[in-house]
Amino acid sequence: MIPPPAFLFLAVLLFGLGVLAFFVKKDLLTQFMAVEIMLNAGNLAFLSLAKAFGRAEGQALVLFVITVAAAEAVVGLAIIVVVFRQRRSLRTDELKDLKG
Amino acid sequence: MAEAFWLIPLIPGAGALVLLLFGSRMPRRWVSWQSTLAVLASFVLSAAGFARLVRAGPDAPALAKTLLPWIASGSFVAEFAFSFDRLSAVMALVVTGVGLLIHVYSVGYMAGDKAYARYFAYLNLFMFFMLVLVTASDIVLMFIGWEGVGLCSYLLIGFWFDRPAAAKAGLKAFVVNRVGDAAFIVGLLFLLTAVGDPSFAAINAAPAAGLVGPGLATLAAVLLFVGATGKSAQIPLYVWLPDAMEGPTPVSALIHAATMVTAGVYMVSRLGGLFAASPAASAVVAWTGGLTAVFAATVALVQTDIKRVLAYSTISQIGYMFLGCGVGACAAGMFHLFTHAFFKSLLFLAAGSVIHALGGEQDMRRMGGLRKRLPVTFPAFLVGAMAIAGVPFLSGFFSKDAILTSAFAGGHYVLYGLGLAGAVLTAFYVFRMVFLTFYGEPRAAGAHPRVRESPPVMTVPLVILAALSALAGLAGLPVLLGGRADLFGRFLEGVVVRTAHRLAASSEVLLILAAAASALAGIYLAFVFYRGSPALPARSAARFPRLYRLLTGKYYVDEAYEAAIVRPLVRGAELVYRRFDLEVVDGALNASAAAARGAGQGLNTVQSGLLRDYALAFLLGVVIFLGALLL
Amino acid sequence: MAWAVFIVLSVLCVGAVAAMIVSRNQAHNALFLVLAFASLGGLFGLLDAPFAAAVQVLVYAGAIMVLFLFAIMMFNLRRPAPREKKTLRAALAAGLGTVLFVELVLAARKALAGSVPTGAPGGIEGLGRLLFTDYLYAFEITSLLILAALVGALALAGKKEDA
Repeated sequence: MIPPPAFLFLAVLLFGLGVLAFFVKKDLLTQFMAVEIMLNAGNLAFLSLAKAFGRAEGQALVLFVITVAAAEAVVGLAIIVVVFRQRRSLRTDELKDLKG
Repeated sequence: MAEAFWLIPLIPGAGALVLLLFGSRMPRRWVSWQSTLAVLASFVLSAAGFARLVRAGPDAPALAKTLLPWIASGSFVAEFAFSFDRLSAVMALVVTGVGLLIHVYSVGYMAGDKAYARYFAYLNLFMFFMLVLVTASDIVLMFIGWEGVGLCSYLLIGFWFDRPAAAKAGLKAFVVNRVGDAAFIVGLLFLLTAVGDPSFAAINAAPAAGLVGPGLATLAAVLLFVGATGKSAQIPLYVWLPDAMEGPTPVSALIHAATMVTAGVYMVSRLGGLFAASPAASAVVAWTGGLTAVFAATVALVQTDIKRVLAYSTISQIGYMFLGCGVGACAAGMFHLFTHAFFKSLLFLAAGSVIHALGGEQDMRRMGGLRKRLPVTFPAFLVGAMAIAGVPFLSGFFSKDAILTSAFAGGHYVLYGLGLAGAVLTAFYVFRMVFLTFYGEPRAAGAHPRVRESPPVMTVPLVILAALSALAGLAGLPVLLGGRADLFGRFLEGVVVRTAHRLAASSEVLLILAAAASALAGIYLAFVFYRGSPALPARSAARFPRLYRLLTGKYYVDEAYEAAIVRPLVRGAELVYRRFDLEVVDGALNASAAAARGAGQGLNTVQSGLLRDYALAFLLGVVIFLGALLL
Repeated sequence: MAWAVFIVLSVLCVGAVAAMIVSRNQAHNALFLVLAFASLGGLFGLLDAPFAAAVQVLVYAGAIMVLFLFAIMMFNLRRPAPREKKTLRAALAAGLGTVLFVELVLAARKALAGSVPTGAPGGIEGLGRLLFTDYLYAFEITSLLILAALVGALALAGKKEDA
């Protein structure tokens, strides 16, 4: 029986690594992967809290997060494909079209 | 089948929905059948409900059905609830019966119109709202119907909206009705705050239960009645109805003669308990009705447009109905509503047939001599004219007599005199119309060489309505002929308030003779003026030039309203527009736009376009937010 | 035994993410991510959430990662991503990230303060009951969301007729 705080700490660690990866990496695709890691860290936190409080709501929310993440991945990748078709590049330091 | 009475409004409603959505793509034949059958279904259901009520006896409760909860706010609850009692049954039968005939007639009348489906969609929609109005079991739902018929009236008056006069008339009807409806809403709110329950039963019982004091009862009743003067075209808000004649003639017959404009009478009868609790409000109703009856009749004397004569005649006849309700004889008022629905829609439809045959001509000065040319329309029009004039033994005779007798019996002698005078005028202007239109020589010789009778789809409804106009009076024979004679009054016994006054048989005979004499006198005068000596009308106009101008100018009420209300309003609005809209509102808008532009230019430098910078800002936000949560 | 599994899985997971940060080959990154997700699935199982574990493996390690790999194949980036330079921005991000990490740890402690160690949070049956009662609307709306995402992705990435 592993205490839930251990899982929660692991979740926080993963989230931090995800943030780090997002800022360290410079290609859109890997940054997108980092976002997925953060989402998963959130899931892990939900589940460990569900365990800690003995309630199933956390598990239900995880399912919703996974669904939303799947939808987000599909649309996000589609956007990335479009960006790549137009720029032949995925480097975020080269994509400056949002400049005001 | 009677249990399904709540479908009575819903069937035409569904029909209207289908026609509005898909009507323009449907074949005309389908549109005609669908809309007419929907009304027929409602008519059959109404008849079934009526039969049920007759069989169940006078003490049986009304049919009731609650469809959905609607507003539930604290202790106040309004529902989509329908009820079908004897009053609703009479109204539903009149509305669906006349409506059915007018749908059939319209198939012929509108055959050449390009917006055929739109016309029938509106007509079905009108039936829906009108039937909601008469079968609603509480006043809030009735108000939906009340507003809905106003909307349909607006849509149908302005049906030919490419004609500026029609569009303007529709607008006028809408705006004038708004004035009345504003008063109606205020009255409604007064009532609801005091009673707390919108159902008619609760409102009618409230004065007796002490929930509504005499002062409040008068206030609320008068305010509601102001709403009724708008919808039912009474003084002072009648001005829209004559202009409403810009709509198609069947619409004038259905909405602006037989059904919608009588909604006010229905409302007053429905809230009989409230009006009975306030003698002052009842007096207002009676006097408004009586004065309108005479006033509109005098204007009708000199109008030359056949439909406008009928419009003023409608205003005047509704005045009679209110007169009846005001003197405590709602049954008599409802009876007149019942017979009036038949003979007035008959007159309108026959006039429509004349207009149709003459290719759109509405001016009676260019008609004449149509008696032989229109072998079905003429007798039908004549029956309608005799019925409204009150020729003995036709329907109008009995219903008008019932009202006048009640007024006399209640001691309202001045009102009785007004009514009798109105009756003479009515007979006069109606037969003036008959003589000008159908007798004499065709005055526009050569202009209408091929005048032909309308097709059967138009004449058959005329014949049916003529039969009803002649015979409907038998439903309410004078009490003189025995207590059981007044079938109509006894049918409504338990539902509407009725102040029973008994007259001696001899005085009742005298009253009936007076009514008959007034009708015949009016007809005789018309004959003298328009058949006897054709020069007489012009001579009398020359003899009393001021009176004549006053009448042809319709007492200059429109001009007075224009000067006293419309123009100051427009001028005030212009002032507000110039001072407030242009300077304050626009100024504030421009200032805020300039501020936003400046801020945008300032913040522009922050936008590097780099994803990482945005993410950094985002991270900073999360850190601050989480920190705030933790602290 | 459970501790051993936990330690192995967490090390795998954290290691995979760390490797992803270091590696500059996108295909490798994607494979590391699969590893991370799979081990997370195992951790979910340890937390008495077998259904979430199964979905995690199916959806993340299966579907989403296949999607990523397809995308990478489409891009066919020959040159690896350039080496990252350390800038002021990176330092700022590192600082903020550290603050965030501390805050998250504090938040986690606060969240756990009121917890009562009761048994399992209820099996799949309880989860299903919850999804189809309290969360029914949310559940139905997610189906709409997926449909919208599908249509949106097609509209975005589908071949244009004029392209």
